[in-house]
Amino acid sequence: MAEDLNETPLADLHRELGGRMVPFAGYAMPVQYPQGIMGEHLHCRAAAALFDVSHMGQAELHGEGAAAALERLTPADVQGLKPGRQRYGLLLNGRGGIVDDFMVANLGDRLFLVVNASRKQVDLPLIESVLPAGVTLRPLPDRALLALQGPAVAALVPTAMSFMGIQAMEIAGIPVIASRSGYTGEDGLEISVAAEHADRLARHLLSLPGVLPAGLGARDSLRLEAGLCLYGNDLDEDTNPIEAALTWSIGKRRKAAWDFTGADAVREALDHGPARIRVGIRPEGRQPARGGTAVMGGGLVTSGGFGPSVNGPVAMGYVPRALAADGTALTLEVRGKPIPAHVAPLPFHPHRYAR
Amino acid sequence: MTTTHFTKDHEWLRQDGESWTVGITEHAQNALGDVVFVDLPEPGRVVEAGEAIAVVESVKAASDVYAPISGKVVEVNAALVDDPALVNQSPTADGWFFRIAPAGDLPGDLMDADGYAKHVESLA
Repeated sequence: MAEDLNETPLADLHRELGGRMVPFAGYAMPVQYPQGIMGEHLHCRAAAALFDVSHMGQAELHGEGAAAALERLTPADVQGLKPGRQRYGLLLNGRGGIVDDFMVANLGDRLFLVVNASRKQVDLPLIESVLPAGVTLRPLPDRALLALQGPAVAALVPTAMSFMGIQAMEIAGIPVIASRSGYTGEDGLEISVAAEHADRLARHLLSLPGVLPAGLGARDSLRLEAGLCLYGNDLDEDTNPIEAALTWSIGKRRKAAWDFTGADAVREALDHGPARIRVGIRPEGRQPARGGTAVMGGGLVTSGGFGPSVNGPVAMGYVPRALAADGTALTLEVRGKPIPAHVAPLPFHPHRYAR
Repeated sequence: MTTTHFTKDHEWLRQDGESWTVGITEHAQNALGDVVFVDLPEPGRVVEAGEAIAVVESVKAASDVYAPISGKVVEVNAALVDDPALVNQSPTADGWFFRIAPAGDLPGDLMDADGYAKHVESLA
């Protein structure tokens, strides 16, 4: 493995657990453990799985006007976010294209941000560039991020939070910032912890009954079944929020004011309808259609694979609006062969959030 | 006991009467992870050594399976269609892919078990 890869604070633990390490966004990350992707995926849906997502970018915004400053770059309603609440948002460029998708939380005295590993070098300077005097961005490279996901989590680490709540708390005496959220479609927590405590926290969580480690492979199949986008696959700088079927992430107030970067292009797409739109796709048969598979008639699969809980191939991608209705028959070109498929509602596996 | 030969692309082949039985190695199935789909060639198809004639897909990746020898496909393992996990459970026995009746000699670059083990080691 290349020498210049970063490691997370859990690198020793991954090796000890037999994690198969692969390069991902500049980090050596476990794609799976000996249990395998299928087993890890199904275990997460049945009980609880622990993921290391410390490669993701964490940062804080401090100062009066932090929320208004961030709103220059995102159509999410950040100013309306109550203390102890978190929200999904998009950073946009001037053409309305998606620079990244991210989580923003109101921690009372500051905003807490989690951005994609592959985009943190782009996002943080971009955010920095719009900050007025008195608002400061503080990257948090010395914090790890663990995701504990699955229906058993609520009993293992009880909290008073509902879905998308966030709070400072202690787990096994270790101070953390935990949010009731994730990237699997299951109930669970994402836990930000100082790097120096990450190993101890991870070992504690793995010692809880029924918790097993899971890697990036299961994380990807879980998020795909949950219909959640992966930046770089399903979202990029040439895709706007309307095409991406993420119109819901635009705040109501923001849609009245249109006062964010890229607003004109987004408004145009919303008023006239996008030429293409992201949909769920179910290939018939058993063969997965991977990202990059062409949809005949002018579409493209952007994420695809085998859904262990669905027990069949699942995909999502962009199709012309005329082909976007649920149930529309599609033909995919999989490894040179036409494979019948149809447009299917997302998610493929029902969300089980604690709302 | 018949000799098992190996290719650098991680297929194994073993003489079985008039034909050669072909599958993927333990190393290959382990690297692929949980196999969820196998696409097999049509029996009767005439193939060239090195030609991609089958596909094996795991949860995370798709991979071609090559004909290790030239000849005609005489049989395929239909059990893999319903139970692709056989490739993981028994890659060198019940998880075989296809049988080829050879045309001509074996290619010169096949390896024996020791040679293949060294090849795998060189990839690590």
